[in-house]
Amino acid sequence: MRDDLPGMKKAFPILGVLTAILLSYALYESLVAAPTEQTMGDVQRIFYYHVPSAWTAFILFFVNFGASVFYLIKRNPAADIVALVSAEVGVVFCTVVLVTGPIWARPVWGIWWTWDMRLTSTLVLWLIYVSYLFLRRFSSSGQTPALAAALAVLGALCVPFVYFSIWFFRTQHPQPVMGGGGSIDPRMLHVLLINWLAFSCFAFLVCWSRYRLESLQREVDQAHALESLMDLRGGA
Amino acid sequence: MSAPTGITRVTLLKDLRLEWRSKDAVNSMLFFSLLVVVVFSFSFDPTAEESRQIAGGLIWVAFLFAAVVALNQTWAREIRNQVLDAYRVSPAPANSLFIAKAVGNFIFVSVLEALMTPLFIAFYRLRALGPVWQLLMVAVLGTWALVVNGTFFAAMSLRTRSREIMLPLLLFPISIPALLGMVQATTAILNGEGARFWLVLLATYDLVFTTVCLLLFETVLNAE
Repeated sequence: MRDDLPGMKKAFPILGVLTAILLSYALYESLVAAPTEQTMGDVQRIFYYHVPSAWTAFILFFVNFGASVFYLIKRNPAADIVALVSAEVGVVFCTVVLVTGPIWARPVWGIWWTWDMRLTSTLVLWLIYVSYLFLRRFSSSGQTPALAAALAVLGALCVPFVYFSIWFFRTQHPQPVMGGGGSIDPRMLHVLLINWLAFSCFAFLVCWSRYRLESLQREVDQAHALESLMDLRGGA
Repeated sequence: MSAPTGITRVTLLKDLRLEWRSKDAVNSMLFFSLLVVVVFSFSFDPTAEESRQIAGGLIWVAFLFAAVVALNQTWAREIRNQVLDAYRVSPAPANSLFIAKAVGNFIFVSVLEALMTPLFIAFYRLRALGPVWQLLMVAVLGTWALVVNGTFFAAMSLRTRSREIMLPLLLFPISIPALLGMVQATTAILNGEGARFWLVLLATYDLVFTTVCLLLFETVLNAE
């Protein structure tokens, strides 16, 4: 289960350094280099954190769905760890989205929160994956993977229903940047994409180390279980 | 009659008979939703016009909370004396058991709704401006959405610590689209507006989640 490939151990710090450089470059780009928005002013810059976090969270939830389906078919323990890790990191990024959104909305819309389509559906998505993490926490270890995978599939299937049901309310959120018909300064788009790249690298890095931690933890647990089994035999 | 439907029938009849003799689930649900109705009417004290706007939400929240009481008891009976383990080692198909339990819960919650609705109408002075048969459709589709997921998640939370807390934590987030559909459809019909979109949404939701629950139930039952 553990990644003992010699290349992997070396790749980790390299990716770490690369992510650090990317993140600082992205920070400079979004706070200094990007042009100031005409009507909103500097508060618009939170957009460079808000949108990439949302994209990263959605990708991670998608990875969680894929890994869960794979686990249900193949019963592969590594797929289960990937599902767990992507849900955990996805919830963190989704929380960033839900926190940065109101900070931006207060000065621009004049309200912290509105029950608009995108806000509501992101909140429901967050609730679904938090309940997933609750299930993982509360179920006893041997049964967790299958139950969690089943819940992940149901949760992912719920997402289109959430969107359609909430779509019926009028939408207040700005149109999506890509494919929404809105126009964006190419300079801003460039900064946005840099940020997204940096955030994705960062998410991948965190997932990777969490994956290694989790597989080590499972090995330790297995060793403990085996040891107590041996003790029982020795005592009898 | 083929074996799977036979097992479903036998399990369902057994549950109905047990419930008929003890009346545990229906009584506790009735009293619980009565409490919710009374507490809500104290806290809002609405006029007829206002209550038409909020009644959809109140009714369904009361039924949802009450249904959780019954759903939590669904599998408890099968845990005692290892009935569920015996079922798992028997060659009986898991889905027959699931369908029996889901239909049983559907009947219990429907009985609750039939008994509580007149009370709601009286307490909140409700009068539907739209077609009443559509309300009936909302009730059937919505109740099925709640119980099919609820029965599934109750089986899932059997395998967890503090299972009574776990069921609402799992059930409520996934049920949000269905709940939204029920509440919006009920409010629309009470106010004499169309609810076609919500009915279609509820029917699709029922179809998708029933299918997936049937596909995954064996995994959950045998999770070990």
